[in-house]
Amino acid sequence: MLQIPLWNRLFIVLTVLVGLSFAMPNFFYGTVERHNDALAEIERTGIETPEQTADIAAWPSFLPATLVNLGLDLRGGAHLLAEVRVEDVYVQRMDSLWPEVRDALRELRDVVGTIRRIDAEPGLMQVRISQPEGMPSALAAVRELGQPVVSLTGGFGESTLDVSGSGDIITVRLSEAEQAATNDRTLQQSIEIVRRRVDEAGTREPTIQRQGADRILIQVPGIGSAQELKELIGTTARLTFHPVVGRASGPDEDVESRQIILPSIEEGEGYYILEETPVVSGDDLVDSQPGFDQQTGEAIVTFRFNPSGARAFGDYTAANIGAPFAIVLDNEVISAPVIRSAITGGAGQISGNFTVEGSTELAILLRAGALPAEMTFLEERTIGPELGADSVQAGQTAALIAFAAVLIFMIASYGLFGVFASIALVLNVGLIFGVLSLIGATLTLPGIAGIVLTIGMAVDANVLVFERIREELKTAKGPARAIELGYERALSAIIDANITTFIIATILFVLGSGPVRGFSVTLGIGIATSVFTAIYVTRLLLVFWFERRRPKTIEV
Amino acid sequence: MRLRLVPQETNFDFFKYARATFGASVVAVIASLAIWLLVGLNFGIDFLGGTTIRTDSTVQVDVADYRAALEPLGLGDVVISEVFDPNFADDQHVVTVRIQAQEGAEAVTPEIIAAIEAALQASVDPAMTFPSVESVGPKVSGELIQTAILAVLASLGAILVYIWLRFEWQFSVGAVAALIHDVILTIGVFSLFQIRFDLATIAALLTIVGYSINDTVVIFDRLRENLIKYKQTALRDVMNLSANETLSRTLMTSGTTLIALIALLVLGGDVIRGFVFAIAWGVIVGTYSSIYVAKNVVLMIGVKRDWSKPSDGGAGGPGGTQFANIDA
Repeated sequence: MLQIPLWNRLFIVLTVLVGLSFAMPNFFYGTVERHNDALAEIERTGIETPEQTADIAAWPSFLPATLVNLGLDLRGGAHLLAEVRVEDVYVQRMDSLWPEVRDALRELRDVVGTIRRIDAEPGLMQVRISQPEGMPSALAAVRELGQPVVSLTGGFGESTLDVSGSGDIITVRLSEAEQAATNDRTLQQSIEIVRRRVDEAGTREPTIQRQGADRILIQVPGIGSAQELKELIGTTARLTFHPVVGRASGPDEDVESRQIILPSIEEGEGYYILEETPVVSGDDLVDSQPGFDQQTGEAIVTFRFNPSGARAFGDYTAANIGAPFAIVLDNEVISAPVIRSAITGGAGQISGNFTVEGSTELAILLRAGALPAEMTFLEERTIGPELGADSVQAGQTAALIAFAAVLIFMIASYGLFGVFASIALVLNVGLIFGVLSLIGATLTLPGIAGIVLTIGMAVDANVLVFERIREELKTAKGPARAIELGYERALSAIIDANITTFIIATILFVLGSGPVRGFSVTLGIGIATSVFTAIYVTRLLLVFWFERRRPKTIEV
Repeated sequence: MRLRLVPQETNFDFFKYARATFGASVVAVIASLAIWLLVGLNFGIDFLGGTTIRTDSTVQVDVADYRAALEPLGLGDVVISEVFDPNFADDQHVVTVRIQAQEGAEAVTPEIIAAIEAALQASVDPAMTFPSVESVGPKVSGELIQTAILAVLASLGAILVYIWLRFEWQFSVGAVAALIHDVILTIGVFSLFQIRFDLATIAALLTIVGYSINDTVVIFDRLRENLIKYKQTALRDVMNLSANETLSRTLMTSGTTLIALIALLVLGGDVIRGFVFAIAWGVIVGTYSSIYVAKNVVLMIGVKRDWSKPSDGGAGGPGGTQFANIDA
């Protein structure tokens, strides 16, 4: 008859309770949010203010405190889709490889003659040797510099470098496997840096995701505009140290190849001619702090290199005492001091007429690291907070009315059974919120539509069962048997119907972006929870009722 | 007393007017395709690229003023439309300004947006606010169209395979025919009323596909059960019986879903109105098509009746020819 094992009953009740306990914080959204924000703020700053203590105390710490993330369309904020110009990195890689290639070929001077790097298209390095006869040994020497590609997917045993020679010119480029591995690293690095920069600004719950091969999706709630967000993450802060060749009168002066002219911001005007290849770059920085110069008292920024950066910096300063060298930030010369002694410890400082705010900001930027490559913004959206609040309000009202109407309709149609279905429906919505909070999903406006649609469709499974019970009652096998058969026979239709909808939700999730994804998440979760509540929860309720009353006849 | 949408016992002959209903469906599909081709869809910036700015002002809207303010900027095609919504306050006048993707601009230019905002504040209302600004570059929008088409095709394919595995291939053809019918009719309505067609609409289309298949599957499931139960009865009669048996469920579910959707349509705000309209329309069309299109198609192809023998790779001839030699 209508028997459900005890462990089964416990499991159903427990699942519902756990789900609801995770959903509960969402009913006290403001309080819990302030509680969480205060905790995060204390974690970050280490200081606790009285207001924060009050905020934390407002929500008991033993209760779950995870909330459904509100999407940008509900909270307001900025959305950016950025494309990372991965090719930039190829250029940098070639530049940093050049000193190695030069040294390797210099050792073969007897065979290859003089060497000279010539201008080539971006991402390529071309070197001309004066004795083409020495090409085979030159190629061998350059190939030596390549390393096996390190990546999960890259070709096995493939070299990072693709080296070829034609006539008296050696061409070096990154091999295809290495390009793919580099793209991967560049994206990960960019995401990490964007995340740090957004975090430094102290906004809450930003979404920073990789999309496809070379794109990053950035969504930050509560920020004023996409423009502001772009300024926050778009500042490059690329720090490099270059040998100074001389001074130039203007930006258009002729220079030799592999040399560049950069403006000086120290004196407001004036230009330096620099070697294009930097001695050390900001990639080797491990720390950076604002500070004050002991002697002059002006604001400075101190920095420290990692061991390989420190070595390169030490070697260069030791070999070039008395020569000026330029500290370049984002293609502007901050200062060009003369090297007085070898700086071997890997620590140094930058002075350049900073204000205190300026030095703090620069230190943050340097610490956060430079973006490995530039980003182009393909898509940007700004949603005002008022618009979001209106949407939440409207969505809530709609959901409540839909809810009430469906409940009335169900109870009018199925009586007591309709009441059971209604309870299951309420639990279903609670469970959806519980799961959304638990997995940290983001609720969007289409997501609310998804929930409203699920409310409408969740009753479907119950309707199928109840209609089936009505039919089974006609064959008069007694109420218990009819209920049992009703659930049993309706199951295949329920499963088929829900699996097909679930397939759609999955496809929407895989192919969709932004609003479509939000919708697919709530639809998918809604399908799972509604099958659970409609089949297990209503049956359990029915069984409880049946065991107490033992009715001889039932009316569905 | 119980509320009953349909009497306990119904005995409608759904195929009585099969020619008329099926003919109407075919005409509607052709008409939709024609409108789609002739009038075209009102694509949003998701698919065309460009910028949409939403303005909010206390001044009564005169579209000509907006147009005059933006004219000097030389932005090409500018669409200005006022938005009406019962949720707005009395002195709230909302307009969306849509600017086409600018020639040669790969990414979005903030200067243009700033210029537009300044121009509108200068000549329409200094207190005007801009609750939302959205820009999509042409590179992305092209890809969005591709993924959208791919998503629709992928879900049709997945459903075709799923129904084929769970039922018979004839059912799967019938179901997918009904789905295509629903999708085309929805596109037709969107072109006819020039409702904005964007990414959210694609999501709505796929939801319709999901909903409609849901409905169809329930009837098919009953049909499969009845085909085994009533081996001697003609396919047409078994279909009618199955549809009648599930009719009350079909109307209950469509009814509750529609109530929920209408609440959202009226109160959900203008931002998702197109999206919700598409789903609500889809529920109506989907319900119709699972009764009048999917079954008709299956009846036309016929279906294997002898479930005790292994499948001979498909149809066992037209419906009703293979129901001899059974010991029931």
